[in-house]
Amino acid sequence: MKILVTAKRVEDAESKIRVNPEGTGIVKEGLKYKINPFDEIAVEEGLRLAAKHGGEVVVVSIGGKEVQEQLRHALAMGAHKAVWVNHEGELDQLGVARLLQKVVEQEQPELAILGKQSIDDDQNQVGQYLATFLGWGQATFASKVESLESEAEKTKQPGIIVNDGKVTVVREVDNGLATLEVGLPAVVTTDLRLNLPRYASLPGIMKAKSKPIQELTPSGLGVDVTPKVVVQKLSPPPERKAGIKVEDVSTLIDKLRNEAKVV
Amino acid sequence: MSIVLIVAEQQPDGALRKASLNALTAGSQLASAAGAELHAAILGKDVSGLAQELAGYGVKAVHVANDAAFEHYLAETYAPVIAELAKSISATFVGSASTAFGKDLMPRVAAHLEAAMATDVVAVSGSGSDIVYTRPMWAGNVVAEVKLATPVQVFTVRPTEFEAAAQSGSGEVKTFSPTVPEVKTRFVEFQEVKSARPQLTEADVVISGGRGTKGDFKEIEALADLLGAAIGASRAVCDAGWVPNDLQVGQTGKVVAPKLYIAAGISGAIQHLAGMKGSKTIVAINKDPEAPIFQVADYGLVADLFKVLPELREGLEKLKS
Ligand SMILES: Cc1cc2nc3c(=O)[nH]c(=O)nc-3n(C[C@H](O)[C@H](O)[C@H](O)COP(=O)(O)OP(=O)(O)OC[C@H]3O[C@@H](n4cnc5c(N)ncnc54)[C@H](O)[C@@H]3O)c2cc1C
Ligand SMILES: Nc1ncnc2c1ncn2[C@@H]1O[C@H](COP(=O)(O)O)[C@@H](O)[C@H]1O
Repeated sequence: MKILVTAKRVEDAESKIRVNPEGTGIVKEGLKYKINPFDEIAVEEGLRLAAKHGGEVVVVSIGGKEVQEQLRHALAMGAHKAVWVNHEGELDQLGVARLLQKVVEQEQPELAILGKQSIDDDQNQVGQYLATFLGWGQATFASKVESLESEAEKTKQPGIIVNDGKVTVVREVDNGLATLEVGLPAVVTTDLRLNLPRYASLPGIMKAKSKPIQELTPSGLGVDVTPKVVVQKLSPPPERKAGIKVEDVSTLIDKLRNEAKVV
Repeated sequence: MSIVLIVAEQQPDGALRKASLNALTAGSQLASAAGAELHAAILGKDVSGLAQELAGYGVKAVHVANDAAFEHYLAETYAPVIAELAKSISATFVGSASTAFGKDLMPRVAAHLEAAMATDVVAVSGSGSDIVYTRPMWAGNVVAEVKLATPVQVFTVRPTEFEAAAQSGSGEVKTFSPTVPEVKTRFVEFQEVKSARPQLTEADVVISGGRGTKGDFKEIEALADLLGAAIGASRAVCDAGWVPNDLQVGQTGKVVAPKLYIAAGISGAIQHLAGMKGSKTIVAINKDPEAPIFQVADYGLVADLFKVLPELREGLEKLKS
């Protein structure tokens, strides 16, 4: 089966993010960039499914030329080919979903796997928008019953079950796990417990250099990406006032009782 | 007059999800800012009772649709119905609480309405259709003010940032009978994590354990029993399968803001802080004095959690007796 996955370029989760003094963006100096962690899980799941059922994995990223790094990373993990939608500047979730819709129409995958959320925008929207625009079913927050330390994980089994033109997906929801069966084609978005992504191997990195990256543009795809989520201002979050260290448990209890008045 | 439509949620046990009441408060603040009327909607197999209940929380009208097809929530059956309802009443703003339900459903509703959307809204301001939504980005490292430049605006709100709506007035309950779309998606099962403890996102006290517990939550449970607290966890703990996934507190898990949050054996990564730094009082127990969790803790105790959690429980037991 053909599987489309996404690879957004985002600041490394370990970075210290600060708003610039103008409140127009973040301070970019010294930041490292990576593939969105949820998208790395999407790539991994795509590769496991392709290994099990045959087929190919196409990875897509939208952004300036630097996003080719994330595409190469996914190719080094084992994705077969890449699509780069070249766009400098602001993008919102509607714009991304409309572009992905066009790429899906071009590539005709049976399954699209996206991250549930990008760790910069924290919107958690694109997969659902995309599924709706395509008229496809959706299963968000894909996880699995087995833990990340289970045998199933060690043997790199996919958590998404493909069978008879359907996918069965175990979703992380409030108060438990909800299982859905979605007819293909479908959109799945990944949660953290779906899999542990592989590292790109040295041969993988070498091979990735010769894999194709197709370049597209929003205008070529006929999509107006003018953002409709318009950022007015960014500010730092309110600081919590510094607390104290207490010597021992009895001091803690005394503070909780007489100062914070919470016990 | 423009309309703010809040989509309410039914819990697996059949009751109204409390977060829906927090969303109603956000909706009512938005309605005042926008000069709009507040409406609510609820779908389910048999939710007329819940609609009646919702009508008592300061809304002008509650739109309710009962259909066996709505027994198990599916974004694909709910979204087009909510979108059609929004169109038929000319709602300009459509929102819900940022629960798993809201996060799955509302972008799909937005897609049907060609609407831009703001997730996890913590405040609304502005006036008329010129509304500003405040929301966190980058794991709460940044607070953004955004506008949504589409005719209909869609949002989810962080329940912890808005009080639950108080009972007032009685709105009109309007039953409608939508055509439920045929879908190729089937609900298979819900494996509920049953717990006698309060809901993590609603509890007054939350006690969370991290990797430092090595998976031994016995003392955390005993303390939670004593304080009537909910139990939370860091990602590391959920990844290891030591506790159910839905106890993860943080950027990509639950956001909590209890009166008292106790973090034991949690280092305090920014992704964890994003889910708990709105708590009123934070206690951190960690044997590493440099652990970042101490930067947000009101009271920090540099100690071995296996030693001090029992002491804390015994000390609090004495207080209670
Ligand atoms: C995309 C993404 C999303 C994420 N989302 C979340 C999220 O939503 N929530 C979340 O929590 N994390 C999240 N994380 C993970 C986060 O970055 C951290 O890795 C995680 O929070 C660490 O968990 P921890 O504090 O339990 O473990 P560690 O960082 O390993 O810390 C364990 C702590 O326990 C202390 N300790 C050890 N033994 C004892 C003892 N006997 N007594 C007292 N203290 C002891 C140690 O000093 C240490 O500080 C996310 C990461 C990514 C990349
Ligand atoms: N610029 C982009 N390029 C590729 N994929 C993207 C882009 N932006 C968002 N996505 C995908 O959409 C998912 C959800 O993002 P969001 O709705 O922005 O939180 C991400 O995990 C990605 O899989």
